[in-house]
Amino acid sequence: MAPPPRRLLLVLLGFLAAASLATLAAAVYEDQVGLADWHQKYIGKVKQAVYHTQKSGRRRVVVLTEENVIASLDLRSGDIFWRHVIEKNNPIDQLSLSAGKYVVTLSSGGSILRAWNLPDGQMIWETNIQTSTSSKSLLHVLSNSKVVKDNLVLVLAGQWIYAVSSIDGVISWGKEFTLDGLEIKQVVQSPENDIVYVVGIAGSSKLAVYQLNAKTGEIVKDAQESLPDGLCGEILLGSSNVLVALDETRSALLIVEFKGESISYNKVQISEFVQDFSGTVKLLPLMSNGIIALQSSSTVSLLKLKGMDGLEVIHSFDQPASVSDALTITEKDEAFAVVQHVGSQIEFIVKVTSDLTNEIIREKVDIGQHRGSVQKVFLNNYVRTDKSHGFRALVVMEDHSILLIQQGAVVWSREDGLASIVDVMASELPVEKDVVSVADVEHNLFEWLKGHVLKLKGTLMLASVDELAAIQALRVRSSEKNKMTRDHNGFRKLLIVLTKAGKVIALHTGDGRIIWSNLLPSLRASKSGERPSALRIYQWQVPHHRVMRENPSILVVGRSGASSVAPGVLCILDSYSGEELNSRSFDHSVAQIIPLTLKDSSEQRLHLIVDSNCNAHLYPRSPDALNSFISEMSNQYFYSVDMQKNAIRGYSLQKSCDFNADDTYCFSTKLLWSIIFPSDAERISVSEARKMNEVVHTQAKIIADQDVMYKYLSKNLIFVATVSPKAAGEIGSAAPEEASLVAYLIDAVSGRILHRVTHHGAQGPVHAVVSENWVVYHYFNLRAHRFEIAVIEIYDQSRADNKDVLKLILGKHNLSAPMTSYSRPEVMVKSQSYFFTHSVKAMAVTQTAKGITSKQLLIGTIGDQVLALDKRFLDPRRSLNPTQQEKEEGIIPLTDSLPIIPQSYVTHSLQVEALRGIVSIPAKLESTTLVFTYGVDLFYTRLAPSRTYDSLTDEFSYALLLITIVALVAALFVTWILSEKKELRDKWR
Amino acid sequence: MSPLRALLVLAAVLAACLGPAAADQPGSVEGYTIAGRIKIDAARGFGLPAKTSNTKVILNGGQKVTFARPDGYFAFHNVPAGTHLIEVSSLGYFFSPVRVDISARNPGHIQAALTENRRVLNELVLEPLKEEQYYEPREPFNILSLLKSPMGMMVGFMVLMVVVMPKMMENIDPEEIKQAQEQMRNSPVPSFSGLLARANS
Repeated sequence: MAPPPRRLLLVLLGFLAAASLATLAAAVYEDQVGLADWHQKYIGKVKQAVYHTQKSGRRRVVVLTEENVIASLDLRSGDIFWRHVIEKNNPIDQLSLSAGKYVVTLSSGGSILRAWNLPDGQMIWETNIQTSTSSKSLLHVLSNSKVVKDNLVLVLAGQWIYAVSSIDGVISWGKEFTLDGLEIKQVVQSPENDIVYVVGIAGSSKLAVYQLNAKTGEIVKDAQESLPDGLCGEILLGSSNVLVALDETRSALLIVEFKGESISYNKVQISEFVQDFSGTVKLLPLMSNGIIALQSSSTVSLLKLKGMDGLEVIHSFDQPASVSDALTITEKDEAFAVVQHVGSQIEFIVKVTSDLTNEIIREKVDIGQHRGSVQKVFLNNYVRTDKSHGFRALVVMEDHSILLIQQGAVVWSREDGLASIVDVMASELPVEKDVVSVADVEHNLFEWLKGHVLKLKGTLMLASVDELAAIQALRVRSSEKNKMTRDHNGFRKLLIVLTKAGKVIALHTGDGRIIWSNLLPSLRASKSGERPSALRIYQWQVPHHRVMRENPSILVVGRSGASSVAPGVLCILDSYSGEELNSRSFDHSVAQIIPLTLKDSSEQRLHLIVDSNCNAHLYPRSPDALNSFISEMSNQYFYSVDMQKNAIRGYSLQKSCDFNADDTYCFSTKLLWSIIFPSDAERISVSEARKMNEVVHTQAKIIADQDVMYKYLSKNLIFVATVSPKAAGEIGSAAPEEASLVAYLIDAVSGRILHRVTHHGAQGPVHAVVSENWVVYHYFNLRAHRFEIAVIEIYDQSRADNKDVLKLILGKHNLSAPMTSYSRPEVMVKSQSYFFTHSVKAMAVTQTAKGITSKQLLIGTIGDQVLALDKRFLDPRRSLNPTQQEKEEGIIPLTDSLPIIPQSYVTHSLQVEALRGIVSIPAKLESTTLVFTYGVDLFYTRLAPSRTYDSLTDEFSYALLLITIVALVAALFVTWILSEKKELRDKWR
Repeated sequence: MSPLRALLVLAAVLAACLGPAAADQPGSVEGYTIAGRIKIDAARGFGLPAKTSNTKVILNGGQKVTFARPDGYFAFHNVPAGTHLIEVSSLGYFFSPVRVDISARNPGHIQAALTENRRVLNELVLEPLKEEQYYEPREPFNILSLLKSPMGMMVGFMVLMVVVMPKMMENIDPEEIKQAQEQMRNSPVPSFSGLLARANS
């Protein structure tokens, strides 16, 4: 009786195997969006804001940011209505509103003028303006006038002035001023007639004032005057006949009056009326009713102009304080706002220019911690029901966040520092230790059952629309993923990011919420105006057995100035709370940071910081760390890539330091090798090395014919690509004959070039990723005029004889021989290249906990999407007609271009605007990796490159399993009863 | 002022009349203008709604970026002679990059070709090659897929055993059954198939 069921069983098993293999491309269903991924939109630090508060329609504020984003924000909630991210190559200089329905932007040094539709952000027109190259361009929208029908937009750049119609972008008139070297600084429209006043400086001392007819561009009047002391370029034009300028030394103000053709001026020393002024002085763009604002490094002063004779200080605020532009509220009166710090709060003061002693509003606003000082204020008014004026203001803080304050409270805030992430790392959450109560379990069980009933309804297509929504909400809400403790699969982590403003922010991987943030005091701007730069973030201490009770900590390294020789700063933060545990500033600069694998007795990781004089400094500075380092010092090597000198150099470390001989934590370096590329033929474009923490499961690779290949796995492998100097620019600048790209594989310890390949007719930009024993790089092929991705795999030939079983048994193999850079490696290299459709912005590779799972390349495309491309597509062993054995091994037949499957976009239908980096963090579950992508936006998701083979997917229907078990048990009982009955019948017979 | 203005007007006229693949050379600056049009057929779209406001046109991998106007027209100004690459980024659509040759000898002559399929464009009208569906379409509920799942197969197997096995039994010689029963009685542990056989005997 046995054979038939056994055969059936075999068939069944076959079915099962086929079913599990049939699962193909990794993609998400539309209803899975937001389940494991999140997307956050940001805009960056606001540098200009224009309000649009007409009675009809939604109130909004249009902002321009330092990340080159123009965005329209909801004034009530701070949500983004629309947003455009413009490439860094075409920076937007200015933004303005015209006719209440267009947003006009001026970009690329005054050469491109664009108008955007205010409600939906659609570009209406674009006008190219011919200008001489100028340092600064100005945009001025002429207010409504009776004479000129369409609203004109004035563009001023260098010696040119253009008037453009804001309706269709047609240039109405243009004018070049004949004065040599003239740079237009200010333009003011006279309210009474169609006269436009234009002020410019020629050279450093000649002041020129023109009066133009706004309709035709004709010069009505002009006046020029040479000033004896020179000007620094900062000019404020008050009204039609008075202007204030700062002189070249920035220590005196010039008050200039022009009557008709003549110009008269008076020079006033700032020290005469401002007490203890120091540092750089700036004129703030506030000028109405003879009030100007002057900013020095310690105070912000409001001055009143008293005719030609001089100035008088009306009020002075201690820094940090910020003054807004003047805002017209009535025909005569203009209001402006001052924001200053009072303790931990900020004070919001609104004054009118006609009566400076009075304050309309003085409110204290609590803004919370870790925002730093006020940077900018943009004032707006609204009319209350009782016809009085109310004021609100957009405040830009030092950490790039923006706040809307109104009636003494923060209405909304945006954490826009996250638009400029410098570095990312992942940190574990604390271990769960609290006791679970019975009530909780019961409640959870009930919820769980309810959820599954709903899900079952969903699968059986019985659910109503409301229930479907409930299912979706349930899935998104599923509180499990947002817990503040470590989970079994390692999906819940903290993403710790360092922003350009020097703020460290921890995000939860579950939903992307901010757990803690800290604006590091040592990375904040000093009084002297020096702006420190944040550099990198590293794991400092991971508690293990001995120091289990301590929290893990992280290391933040920065520079105290913008230049690369500025002394460095170091901060150590608690990674659970964000508290600063320790901080110090170095007496040396930071050129390179090398995290070592060594740890001291308190589990702190050792870091070497190399300064610009090539001295290495060891941190932490403890004798314990020094001891463990010195014993390993002879095995420590590092290399540096010098882009300017076009060279790569390898170093070893030596005791004694020429920087400071007494400092035992300082080591001098010894140049071991250097590769200098001929600068007339090659220029370094990119250099990449393997990730320090990458795990490789096996060295051997078994290929189809039962043969073994051994991967050349060296931690010291670096990839360098050079391009010919002519091809170093953009695409389109070089001809195929004069362009070439050379790829090198170099051993970083010995400086030996393991492999070198030249691609003729190829040029940059090159993006590369190095992992295991392979390199993948992206470049442009000028001959085919398409992008290409090439792969190089490197194999160790010296271990190739280890195939003999007899030798293995007798122990005559070299499998356990250590990998060393001293011996000459016998390597074999295989390579192949393929066409790829898109430009690439960033490239990374998935990393998993044990390196067993197959790899996927994560390619950030020009469309700001991230494409996951299986490494099997980039296998140099692909051939046109793979043999049967090769097919079984999973080798894909060779095609000339790489496939782009829309479902394999990791970001699905979202875009990570201005994408800059992709980070892959291994989860504890081997099949899964966590992918974090950042640019102006943030995107996080979980990825399983070879499906989740080690766990059930979210899609797994537990209900169906239950039903099956119940059905089987029921069937068992039925058959049992039947058989019993039959047996009984048989016995009676 | 007037000559420049005239030139610009001329450029607009050229772009409008001669088809978008026209280039003009404004007198003062060294560059040319590449003007073209993006055409997305919204009617047949099943993916995301075609919004030209989110369509970016990228020259030479990010050297210059512009946006499409509501009517789909776009232009790059001051582009030097040479071979250039235009990419279009629009969510939901797959555009082929376009190779654009601006001849230095023959001013105003522009050649364009799609790099994906080497198709030469007579005028610079860019159309998506295909629409991109970013989500796996969810398969509607059907009995077959349920049966194919491991659980379905388990149930199916069970049913098979219950229904087909007795029929198979009937076809077997009663002698053999007896033999098998003998065997089974001798065997210490009753197996599942044995149980079934007993049930059907």
